[in-house]
Amino acid sequence: MMQQPIVIDDRKSDLSKEVLLHSAQDSSLCFQCGKCTAGCPVAFAMDLTPNQIMRMVQLGLIDDVLNSQTIRLCAYCSTCSVRCPRNIAVADVMDSLRIMAAERNIPGTDRSRKVNIFNQAFLDTLNMFGRSHEVLAMLLFNLRSYQPFHNAKLGLKMFNNGKIKLKPDRVKAVNEVKEIFQRINRLRKGA
Amino acid sequence: MKVAYYPGCSYETSGKDYETSAKFVCNKLGIDLIEIPDWSCCGSTAAHSTDHLLAVSLAARNLALVEKMGFDTVTASCSACYQRLALAQTELAQDKKLLEQVNEITGYDYKAAVKVNSILEIIACVDEESIKAKFTRSMENFRIAPYYGCLLVRPAKIKIDDPENPTIMDRVLQTTGARVVDWSHKTECCGASLSVSNNDIVTALVSRIIKAANVADANCIVTACALCHLNLDYYQSFVTQTKGALKEMPVFYFPQILGLAMGFSKKDMGVEYNITDTSELVKKVV
Repeated sequence: MMQQPIVIDDRKSDLSKEVLLHSAQDSSLCFQCGKCTAGCPVAFAMDLTPNQIMRMVQLGLIDDVLNSQTIRLCAYCSTCSVRCPRNIAVADVMDSLRIMAAERNIPGTDRSRKVNIFNQAFLDTLNMFGRSHEVLAMLLFNLRSYQPFHNAKLGLKMFNNGKIKLKPDRVKAVNEVKEIFQRINRLRKGA
Repeated sequence: MKVAYYPGCSYETSGKDYETSAKFVCNKLGIDLIEIPDWSCCGSTAAHSTDHLLAVSLAARNLALVEKMGFDTVTASCSACYQRLALAQTELAQDKKLLEQVNEITGYDYKAAVKVNSILEIIACVDEESIKAKFTRSMENFRIAPYYGCLLVRPAKIKIDDPENPTIMDRVLQTTGARVVDWSHKTECCGASLSVSNNDIVTALVSRIIKAANVADANCIVTACALCHLNLDYYQSFVTQTKGALKEMPVFYFPQILGLAMGFSKKDMGVEYNITDTSELVKKVV
């Protein structure tokens, strides 16, 4: 992809505006110093470095950005945000790109797909009980990512240390939490 | 002093020893932690990665409950919960329109006047002499690498201390007589919840942190976060057992160190339920 000429399409330059709307971060301020990438703990596993993402947001390359591994591998450690000489909260830009990918139902591939599956599994347990459920979230993740015994050794160690609880911890007013999900869903569908 | 307390979903599981030791220590220091009745999940990483309004609303329900209790301050031991509650609070206090919209979603009438403090800040507020007066054991054999991780010190709007070189936990730990080492990886990310979805990344990050603690000649790492604790405690076995040259680093929560110094038992402090063996070091004080 990087070897091919980049065609800048004016219709696509709405990307930086959408990022601004989501995160209140002006990506046009970025002047490519690369400090975000230098300090990023996860950069070694990313397909595009954080500063590349920033440049591609400026250029409006929405498909490449939203389909990258990077946007979901970002752990929101925010080292980039506190070091940016242009005061851009780069981690918030990443967060808004993940949200935009979720809005467009982009499931991601490889690593980013797994992150997405876990996030969804976590939210599913939260929606069920009002509190997240560690074991169930892990189980759902394992099943949905087709690796049933993933992290089984860790699970066993935690069980032996009394740190696994099967019975869900349910909020009494769980309906209030369900309502939050439903109201936001309706809002998103209406928009 | 009475403070509203948000336990967070890991309080009976992965963060159990953090919650228990923090409660013992706070009790001893005269800090009353009053649990928020019927609290719900803060939304954590999964919510803020999916929908901004969802993330703020899930946190806001709990902040509204604190207001209903008549408390002006809430604390959380889990640093992920702290960050989510504190970020939501900052945004809601600054943006009236957002507050209105969130209140409509949660069904509460939140005024956005609650202060969010991490449990580390609450304990660090107690003056040094009063803390020292509670100690019955010296922790001088502990050479601690204090590990802050990310969520307490970044992003800037919710930081409890300097984002690159925080010292608040150093100061609290030093009161016990322990040696707190200066080291390079105080605030380097452990990979957080990537430990579920992409654990090879976490193994790589944890191995750097364990190596740095070795270089600084620490004999343990102390954290203020349940997820950092789990990642450092478990994933180090992939490094220390294959490369041999690296020393194992028992990982503690900061209230466990304070509690041991206060004379609490190993069992009360939950120091025996770690994956990496803590017994040799703990033996030196208990």
